[in-house]
Amino acid sequence: MNRIYNYVFIIKRSSSHIKNPNILKTLVPVKPYQSQVDPEKRPSKTKIDADTIALLERLSLVDCANRKGIETLEAAIEFADQIQQVDTTGVDPLITVLEDFPLRLREDEVDDGNCKNDALSNALVTEEDYFVAPPGNIPLETREDLLFEQETNRQ
Amino acid sequence: MNNVLKTSINNVYKLFAENSITPLDVTEASLSHIEHFSKYNAFITVSKNLVENQAIQSERRYKDSKPLSELDGIPIAVKDNFCTQNIATTCASKMLENFKPTYDATVVQKLKQSGAIIMGKTNLDQFAMGSGTVDSIYGPAKNVWGYKSDSDFHIVGGSSGGSALAVATGMCYGAIGSDTGGSTRNPASYCGIVGLKPTYGLVSRYGLIPLVNSMDVPGILSRTVDDCVSILNTVAGFDSKDSTSLTKPYRKIRLPDARKMTVKGLKVGIPQEYFNEHLSTEVYEAWNEIANLLENNGAVVKQISLPNTEHSIVCYSILNQCEVASNMARYNGIQFGFRANENESTEKLFATTRSLGFNEVVRNRILTGNYFLLTRNYDKYFNKALKVRRLIANDFHAAWEKVQILLTPTTLTTAPFYSDFCKKTNRDQCAVQDYCTQPANMAGVPAISIPVKLSKTGLPISIQLIGRNLSEPMLLAVAKYLENIVRFPHYVENL
Repeated sequence: MNRIYNYVFIIKRSSSHIKNPNILKTLVPVKPYQSQVDPEKRPSKTKIDADTIALLERLSLVDCANRKGIETLEAAIEFADQIQQVDTTGVDPLITVLEDFPLRLREDEVDDGNCKNDALSNALVTEEDYFVAPPGNIPLETREDLLFEQETNRQ
Repeated sequence: MNNVLKTSINNVYKLFAENSITPLDVTEASLSHIEHFSKYNAFITVSKNLVENQAIQSERRYKDSKPLSELDGIPIAVKDNFCTQNIATTCASKMLENFKPTYDATVVQKLKQSGAIIMGKTNLDQFAMGSGTVDSIYGPAKNVWGYKSDSDFHIVGGSSGGSALAVATGMCYGAIGSDTGGSTRNPASYCGIVGLKPTYGLVSRYGLIPLVNSMDVPGILSRTVDDCVSILNTVAGFDSKDSTSLTKPYRKIRLPDARKMTVKGLKVGIPQEYFNEHLSTEVYEAWNEIANLLENNGAVVKQISLPNTEHSIVCYSILNQCEVASNMARYNGIQFGFRANENESTEKLFATTRSLGFNEVVRNRILTGNYFLLTRNYDKYFNKALKVRRLIANDFHAAWEKVQILLTPTTLTTAPFYSDFCKKTNRDQCAVQDYCTQPANMAGVPAISIPVKLSKTGLPISIQLIGRNLSEPMLLAVAKYLENIVRFPHYVENL
């Protein structure tokens, strides 16, 4: 690992410049890389149903906005499906490139805090020392026409 | 006065030290330069009121012959996804339009402690999700190279496009960007400057608003490699506030004079997979010219294979959207940021706030990420992508058995026209734009983009060097060696 740090650059004055392009050798590949992904082998395109949209919108707490939003989602899934063709037999997931470094521990001492005013300073609505939220435990209503079929029919 | 803005950090430092110019002079010149170039939209916030005081303090230190560092009094810009105490930090989104952090990101704190003048916050794609600096609520940044009019211009690249533009035009000497899939190197390439993506964990992410935690790194943009080294030496090193910060002590890099360097015996790899079908002829030829230049100077240049390169983009699209779905969960309107006018229920407040506060790209990535993370899809997409990520990282590990450094294009073409760029969707653009830059983020390895020449139409063409983990000293040395030979005509030289 340390070998490269010790690489010695200081030897002598360089005298070369970009040579005449006419006498360049071809050092880079001659032909563009051909994709190994076979479009024929892709799984059939995923169609998102109304239940899935309802679930995703509830989990995400954002809505698909319109028919185009659903199409974008389906296109993103189709694009991701290429990955199924990569052979990963016996390969472990790489969660972090620091997997070989143990996580540090620190002394169990208070080293932060006392910042109540700071913490509240960016909230738009506060009451005394509290953040304010509207009533909780009320499930989000499911949108009507989850797949925007009426919108499509109108067009 | 403008001339001083064109020179290097080291030169300005010498001028400060011999008192032939003061930090206040340079700061004021920088401010008027920012004003002069405002139509290109590099900055979201200019800290006009704060910088003068900083400059006066810096001036005092030079008078006492006690500058804090070689960056004392040097104007630097910061991408608007790094927290800056009492300065708005928007991520170019409606969601954080009114957000004023109460603390500084570690990189900002280190710059301040070294005396650098933080000129302001630069434009980006919303939450750094993009490769053009076009998806910002403050409007697109416009490239000065080849600029004709506000409707006929080239993109600056992204997502750290504002930072790249600020440096290319001489508004400041260096800038901080972030790099998750190429967001520092891509705009560096299109704007004709140096862009460094350091080794993952070398520079603290504390205070960088996260996109993909396992790949994000603060990046450095500058006009020269020496300037890049000065900034890296200031911001790198262990930070107890970042659990992914490397604990190994950072040793400051000192590069020798370029004329005293050699690349004799340096083993350079040309990865075959980086000749993508969309690679333009001019970038291809520049890539070959630099390979020849290295060989003619004694380097051993050979082609190698990184077979999983092409899977990097699809792998990234899955991991990015999954981490985005998780990272964006914090924005709900209660503690900070935009809050919709909605009082019926908490859930409804969350949903309305998020639907109004995020743009379409962000919303789509959250929905898609949550789809990949559904119990029924978790193994098929998320876990699968993590396995492919290991294959990509292993490609690099295998390459270092054969070569010391990789030479590739940074971007496949020169900067596209804004009108052409906007014809494709955000995801399609990222697939093309990030092709050569993304794999380094998968493996965590450092990479640098340097401009090498102008195209026939006068746009910058850049190449990328990739090294193994913590090989920044070598990477920067080779970059400086090349920089000295190619003598790229910087934009500021024509001002």
